[in-house]
Amino acid sequence: MVKRVVVGAHYGMRDWLAQRLTAVLMAAYTLVLLAHLGLGSSPTYESWRALFAQGWMRVATLLFAVSLAWHAWVGARDILMDYVKPDGVRLGLQAATLLLLAVYLGWAAEILWR
Amino acid sequence: MSSAVAKKVRPKYLSLRALLFEIRLPLPGWVSILHRVSGALLVFPFAAWLLFLLDRSLASPEGFARIASYLDLPLVKAAMLLFIWAYCHHLCAGIRFLLLDLNAGVALAPARRSAVAVLVVSLLLTAFFGAKLW
Repeated sequence: MVKRVVVGAHYGMRDWLAQRLTAVLMAAYTLVLLAHLGLGSSPTYESWRALFAQGWMRVATLLFAVSLAWHAWVGARDILMDYVKPDGVRLGLQAATLLLLAVYLGWAAEILWR
Repeated sequence: MSSAVAKKVRPKYLSLRALLFEIRLPLPGWVSILHRVSGALLVFPFAAWLLFLLDRSLASPEGFARIASYLDLPLVKAAMLLFIWAYCHHLCAGIRFLLLDLNAGVALAPARRSAVAVLVVSLLLTAFFGAKLW
């Protein structure tokens, strides 16, 4: 057992916890969405549009998108730290990941509040 | 310092052949690496693809109709099937990892059983939603 003195460095605890909390949020959203879509019939344009016109659905979907971005950032960073050893390449890929996730967030907000 | 210099150089046995045919990953290992692979696939390209589908389908009735016929193409259905598997596997494996974090099922036998369960359940869910899709 390593004795950890919690001072400036936080040993990744916040990211570790955030990845798990966002996972639970996204799992809950998945169940809610499946419940609302119903498993029998495929949606029509009107029902699809009405579903995403509701305020709570927009907020929930945005919350999902934010959760996804945070969750995916921690996961992608873990993968890049494990497999990409040259610092410059890793930094470039991490920057590209952040940019991609930022684009996703902006796009999601634009779709939801068009 | 001298001990660092004298450190034995250990042989590495990680040829491509060894990785592919000789090292046999235990099932929890498969769940773990597939969790990574599916997670990476979900971030890119699937998240971008789903945003595109959501964007077009909500934009107009014509867009919705175009997306509906687009989703009828066999290749697109195959891609959707891969997405469904990646989502189901990532979700099931994620639930397993959360339970392991809570010290549930950490011993060897239950960990193996839950690994098999994750692989089987995610494939069954994929079959279920795939059947709805077709």
